[in-house]
Amino acid sequence: MKHFVSGLAIAAALAAPAWAQDGETKVIGVSIPAATHGWAGGMNYFAQATVDRLEETYPQLDFVLATASDPAKQVNDIEDMVATRNIDALVVLPFESEPLTGPVQNVKASGAWITVVDRGLSQEGIEDLYVAGDNPGFGRVSGEFMASALPEGGKIVVLRGIPTTIDNERVEGFQAAIEGKNIEVLGMEHGDWNRDKSFTVMQDFLSKHPQIDAVWASDDDMAVGALGAIEAAGRDDIKFVLGGAGMKEMIKRTMDGDAMIPANVTYPPSMISTAIEITAVGLVSQAPVSGDFIIGSVLVTPENAENYYYPDSPF
Amino acid sequence: MSDAAVAASPRRLRMTVIGPILALVLLVIAGALMNPNFLGWDNVTNVLARSAFIGIIAVGMTFVITAGGLDLSVGSMAAFIAGLMILVMNSLIPSMGAGIPVILVGMAVALLAGLAAGLLNGILITRLGIEAFIVTLGSMGIYRSLVTWLADGGTLSLDFGLRSLYQPVYYGGIFGITWPIIVFAVVVVIGEIVMRSTAFGRYCAAIGSNEQVAKYSSVRVDRVRLMTYAALGLLVGIATIMYVPRLGSASSATGMLWELEAIAAVIIGGTVLKGGFGRVWGTVIGVLILTLIGNLLNLTDFVSPYLNGAIQGAIIVLAVVLQREGKART
Repeated sequence: MKHFVSGLAIAAALAAPAWAQDGETKVIGVSIPAATHGWAGGMNYFAQATVDRLEETYPQLDFVLATASDPAKQVNDIEDMVATRNIDALVVLPFESEPLTGPVQNVKASGAWITVVDRGLSQEGIEDLYVAGDNPGFGRVSGEFMASALPEGGKIVVLRGIPTTIDNERVEGFQAAIEGKNIEVLGMEHGDWNRDKSFTVMQDFLSKHPQIDAVWASDDDMAVGALGAIEAAGRDDIKFVLGGAGMKEMIKRTMDGDAMIPANVTYPPSMISTAIEITAVGLVSQAPVSGDFIIGSVLVTPENAENYYYPDSPF
Repeated sequence: MSDAAVAASPRRLRMTVIGPILALVLLVIAGALMNPNFLGWDNVTNVLARSAFIGIIAVGMTFVITAGGLDLSVGSMAAFIAGLMILVMNSLIPSMGAGIPVILVGMAVALLAGLAAGLLNGILITRLGIEAFIVTLGSMGIYRSLVTWLADGGTLSLDFGLRSLYQPVYYGGIFGITWPIIVFAVVVVIGEIVMRSTAFGRYCAAIGSNEQVAKYSSVRVDRVRLMTYAALGLLVGIATIMYVPRLGSASSATGMLWELEAIAAVIIGGTVLKGGFGRVWGTVIGVLILTLIGNLLNLTDFVSPYLNGAIQGAIIVLAVVLQREGKART
């Protein structure tokens, strides 16, 4: 709530007309999807926190932060940023690749610096800086953990996200990592990164398969749903559930040594901070910052969980 | 039951009644053939308990639609009430301790919030005369962003101790039948009685089929309409009471598309979308059909999961075609 209010205050302050800028001040536009699910909520939190921090650190920088609930709104946001604020740099996490490619290209043509976060545009070479998580790596790290946690092999079920390239890359990475490890995937269904959907899918997996050794929930929201279903069914054949993305409640349980959640695989929403920080450095200093910045997915275990626990973040 | 149905030829009556039941029976047979666990006790109770949320809401929706209205806000209303309930309960723990009283307060909050939200929709629609579609489209957006705001973009989680205390409301029950199923059944029976044998039920149908005539027949149209929305709000509150103990959390993804599922269930069950005729037991069949499709698709590897939506869509249309078919022929 606090962030919402301060967000409003900043939005109001930033709504000051363009004449307020002099030659010294540079404006960075940040356009991200709204907090419609846990991961995006965390991303919004980190974006706001980073903007607050940087405005204090660099008086010569101004920020415009806009959150969009759909691609069309995001296109409007970006057009407004160019028209009314004359932004010098744009940090954008595209809602969808296709619809945002053209508008971002137009911003590029206006001479602004472009930082694209996480979801690439459908045309290469537009962005100056690309900051992203490693989806195939996310799947691979998860698969490697699965293989090491089930040394004798075993039967697992998989919950997938919303059908997207992100999800496909993760699953392919996972399958490549468990190949030849004697792990049988009994079934894969889409839980859509949603707790309720995953709860029902998991219930049905439990009805269908009398013996399941482990679950790759591939996301912490889905892991919460799957755990609820397993607990309700009272099944004790399932040794563990592997989620992902590093939700604070789940990291906490790993940290506390919960046997059902022995590990996590990061896909940090704070990558938006990386993108904004590097973009700001590029504007205020001589340091070259163009290129790709891929943030690796790390295996979180009870030993290192403390380093990945952010109690203040909503995610 | 309804003048329209009684006046129709026997064949038409049969088809509109049998259509949804036939679709349900076909689904059950298909399920039993495809997977031996389908008719197992566990799966049956899973499916019924899962249907309860949408089902309880859909019973209220049947009245709203019968009276010629519509409510698109129920899904986000449920999410908002769930969030509110969790916040209130968590905040009461320091003063009241994690015990039954806190849960009872939480339940009261859910019922009151539901009733208030329903009344608000109803007042805007009846007193200000704004289209139900627009009013509830607006409140849908409002509740959805309110819950996102309450949760600060993340997830609201019920205190762990309280959650284990509250959990039996979803998972527990008597004689192996869980509470959501029992509550769902009670709501359905009351709904059926109200629709069939009370003045209120007949007023709803009268208003839905011709508002002017109902008005001249001294039906207090606005009041009856208002009551349908209030009742729906209250039922959303009840559904939320059953929902929160399941996973003990609420987020902006809670109750996503429940409104469309509830409306689809009502229409599959034979209630007329433009109002004038409603059937509560039909709504139950509609809800079960919707839930069973998802369940079946999960239990079989028959089709690619990418096609789940297409199968669901096809069966929904088919279930409605089955009953309209009879009407067209007469």
